[in-house]
Amino acid sequence: MEDATDRIAQPWGGRVPYGRHETWPARVDTFLADGVEPEAVQRWVQSASILHSDGDAMDIAVTDGRMVGVRGRDVDRVNRGRLGPKDLFGWQANASRDRLTRPLVRRDGRLVETDWDTAMDVVAARSRELLDRRGPGSIGFYTSGQLFLEEYYTLAVLARAGIGTNHLDGNTRLCTATAAEALKETFGCDGQPGSYDDFDHADVIALFGHNIAETQPVQWMRLLDRMEGADPPRLLCVDPRPTRVAQHAAVHLAPRGGTNVALLNALLHETIRHDRIDRDFVDAHTVGFEELAERVADCTPKWAADICDVPAARIEEAAELVGTTDALVSTVLQGVYQSHQATAAAVQINNLHLIRGMLGRPGAGLLQMNGQPTAQNTRECGANGDLPGFRNWQNDTHVADLAKVWNVEPETIPHFAPPTHAMQMYRYAEQGSIRMLWISGTNPAVSLPELSRIRSILTQERLFTVVQDLFLTETAQLADVVLPAATWGEKTGALTNADRTVHLSEKAVEPPGEARPDLDIFLDYARRMDFRDKDGGPLITWDDPESAFEAWKRCSAGRPCDYTGLSYAKLRDTSGIQWPCDEESPEGTARLYTDGIDWAHPDLCESYGKDLETGASQEVVEYRSLNPDGKAVLKAAAYRPPHEEPDEEYPFQLTTGRTIYQFHTRTKTGRAPQLDAAAPDVWVEISTADADRLGLGEGDLVDVTSRRGALRGRLRPTGIRPGLLFVPFHYGYWDTDDGSGPGPDTPGRAANEATITDWDPASKQPLFKTATAALTLVERGDGRPSPAPTTTASAPATAGVARPTAGGPAAHTAQTPAEFPHGREEGAQ
Amino acid sequence: MNGITLTLRTLHRGERHLAHDLVTVAERHRTEHEVHHVATDLAVWSREHVRRLAEAAAGHDVKLGDPPDHSPDGVFATLRKKASEAVVHRPEPGLLLLRDLRELHVAAAENSLHWEMLAQAAQASRDSGLLELASSCHPQTLRQMRWTNTMIKNLSPQLLNSL
Repeated sequence: MEDATDRIAQPWGGRVPYGRHETWPARVDTFLADGVEPEAVQRWVQSASILHSDGDAMDIAVTDGRMVGVRGRDVDRVNRGRLGPKDLFGWQANASRDRLTRPLVRRDGRLVETDWDTAMDVVAARSRELLDRRGPGSIGFYTSGQLFLEEYYTLAVLARAGIGTNHLDGNTRLCTATAAEALKETFGCDGQPGSYDDFDHADVIALFGHNIAETQPVQWMRLLDRMEGADPPRLLCVDPRPTRVAQHAAVHLAPRGGTNVALLNALLHETIRHDRIDRDFVDAHTVGFEELAERVADCTPKWAADICDVPAARIEEAAELVGTTDALVSTVLQGVYQSHQATAAAVQINNLHLIRGMLGRPGAGLLQMNGQPTAQNTRECGANGDLPGFRNWQNDTHVADLAKVWNVEPETIPHFAPPTHAMQMYRYAEQGSIRMLWISGTNPAVSLPELSRIRSILTQERLFTVVQDLFLTETAQLADVVLPAATWGEKTGALTNADRTVHLSEKAVEPPGEARPDLDIFLDYARRMDFRDKDGGPLITWDDPESAFEAWKRCSAGRPCDYTGLSYAKLRDTSGIQWPCDEESPEGTARLYTDGIDWAHPDLCESYGKDLETGASQEVVEYRSLNPDGKAVLKAAAYRPPHEEPDEEYPFQLTTGRTIYQFHTRTKTGRAPQLDAAAPDVWVEISTADADRLGLGEGDLVDVTSRRGALRGRLRPTGIRPGLLFVPFHYGYWDTDDGSGPGPDTPGRAANEATITDWDPASKQPLFKTATAALTLVERGDGRPSPAPTTTASAPATAGVARPTAGGPAAHTAQTPAEFPHGREEGAQ
Repeated sequence: MNGITLTLRTLHRGERHLAHDLVTVAERHRTEHEVHHVATDLAVWSREHVRRLAEAAAGHDVKLGDPPDHSPDGVFATLRKKASEAVVHRPEPGLLLLRDLRELHVAAAENSLHWEMLAQAAQASRDSGLLELASSCHPQTLRQMRWTNTMIKNLSPQLLNSL
């Protein structure tokens, strides 16, 4: 019997309990447009979600050439038919009437419609002029975490070998750069060690700064199902907010912002003090244990308790939880990655797993998560500030190998310095040495820190900006050329999620108007620029998604992210498959490092590592002497106080984050009616203690002010830790009177008006969680509650002050129990 | 005064200077955010070195001063900050940045050599306290050098090619 559930009111749907070591039962979630009956659907087209990093597999329902709904794929190992609210409702944005349908160019200060030829000629002409007059270093590319693999790879080839610029990065810099860097520091190479299947086997799951309930809702459904089954896992939650995870946790720690390294060093201290260590594993597979032990020798729970402002006894309980289990899975996300000492903290979580030997077997795994759906592809393809295929820019053999794949001279590929990271690219643009910035599929005018600065950079006369997107975003409104892009469901391509699972997403419908797939736009540009290889042939030899995928396979061959065993046909056949997938492992690979550390050898590794506190690069000689046999590196780090501490003027710490109902800067989710209604506007969370002290309450209109800027929102007292304010980062200006930023009729609305320009020196990830702020009352509430959802971490501390968030009949979704047809314990063996 | 106290004195002066220069560079290049933040952090190391050197010197009956204030010469710091913000859109400060990083590197290299000398002398005189001091501080000096070296390496290609 089908069950219709309001999936706005119940974002995680119904429960299907299952026991430890059992297969997660399937449940097919379906949402069809009002009035569409399942039997009326003409075609179901295979795809996967690009609205978060689960990569939930789904089929798109098509009738009369229109998308009319989605259905989870029960055959898929990642979601077994389940879909999150964003998956269920987000697709409707594709058909919004305000989609960009024709290219725009700026004439006399205004963006006017034009044809593709004109727009692309303008872009190519400016590129050539800059190449001639100022060299390749004057051109930069800033891409996304939401395109497809084929598009990133093509962009990487044209930028690195065509233009020859060092300036190419993705907005994955904001979400997943620290995950990649932490893996490189510890394992010498990027690539997620664990698998989502580890959740089925774990005894303890530690979530560090990871509100999985809202960022990876489908995997949270998995944990909820396990917690209702036999032998449920116990959770450790490290988060300053009262998230759903915190509510279900055996131990919840809510540390002060910016103190993760202190907390983790105390956990390591306790683990070592109680000798909860797998000595054999440490001896066989790691280097650096003595230094780590020495560094944390004084980091007692009492010491950390003072710094983190959590009880020492809770730290001891947490240490016991992670220290005494035989099956520990840890996940890490923005609470670590976007906070002070990001890489240093993430690496300490790797260290915890290494000294406990919790790696490479079912239920013992590590997930340095991604916030963006196709972040992994940006990283693999080298569109993120690395070289394609996890090659090491400091290793001439790797560069020569890449040059061979591309048939260019090695010196064509810039490798004199690390690829420029996004924050440095904006600095170069500010300074005037980058004169053209091509932004694809992302919205820096809302998503980067200190927005007044970003707007002033993007609006400079001398900077030529190309923006390629679906809508006239805040950033597009400031551009010189706007290129209308096709998106998910309107183009074909592969995408890889946080646990290395590759999915194929096929074209279901035609894009609106003249909008084109990002791949076609990049290929068109490459043709106009006439990029050549060293024999005079075309540099880019492919012309559609499948041939691009085949080209990428050649580039990935022999590298950790080996795709050579995959093909479009195989992905159609079997749904998601985890890389590496090659001749030896044709069904894919569930876990890396099952038999030792594979890719840390000095000749193979992607990086020789960095100083975690200063970001200074290590050289090969140092790395070779430290780690001659290519073991995992236990890298210690000392705690340093955050760069901005509360004072009289700015007494609060300010943190930003997301809600389950919105994605990124709301470009799509803000145009899906059910999602938009669930979380329609910005809000400000404060602890009940602080609210009482200041005489403030639910719905009061407040300004949050920092040294950089201010935003205005309605207050929501919650169980968040005292001294901290939380603002969701999704909200910008496209649906306000002033369009691209605050104005006479629009007070600041974006969280990033107030955030600080500071980044982790190792991963270069901006720190969105370490600003300080002041709070002032603008006017008393008029009885209306704040627009914050009540179903999530933003739930009010006092029940009844706000009407429960619900979607009503428009959000009713079918949940059908189903057999998981493959009956496999593991996605891949 | 013997050679060890002379070295302590020299090193004390060198670390004081470096602490001051790191803070100055952090202020002058406020709009180079990574330089600003990391240089500020690294100044803390040198200040700590100064404090520990003074402590060690006191054990040798030599009185050395305290570390410099965290933000020296307030009005000049404000001026430097304003100046850096005023030229935020100009390329020329890039050259000044490279020069400043080079100066920091050379200053740290000098300190490094003096730490080396102190450690050698401490070993020869079997002064375990001084040896401990040198072994715990010298690595941080080396890390200061690696940082300036990395920044120069990463920034030079763009800054020198865009003038």
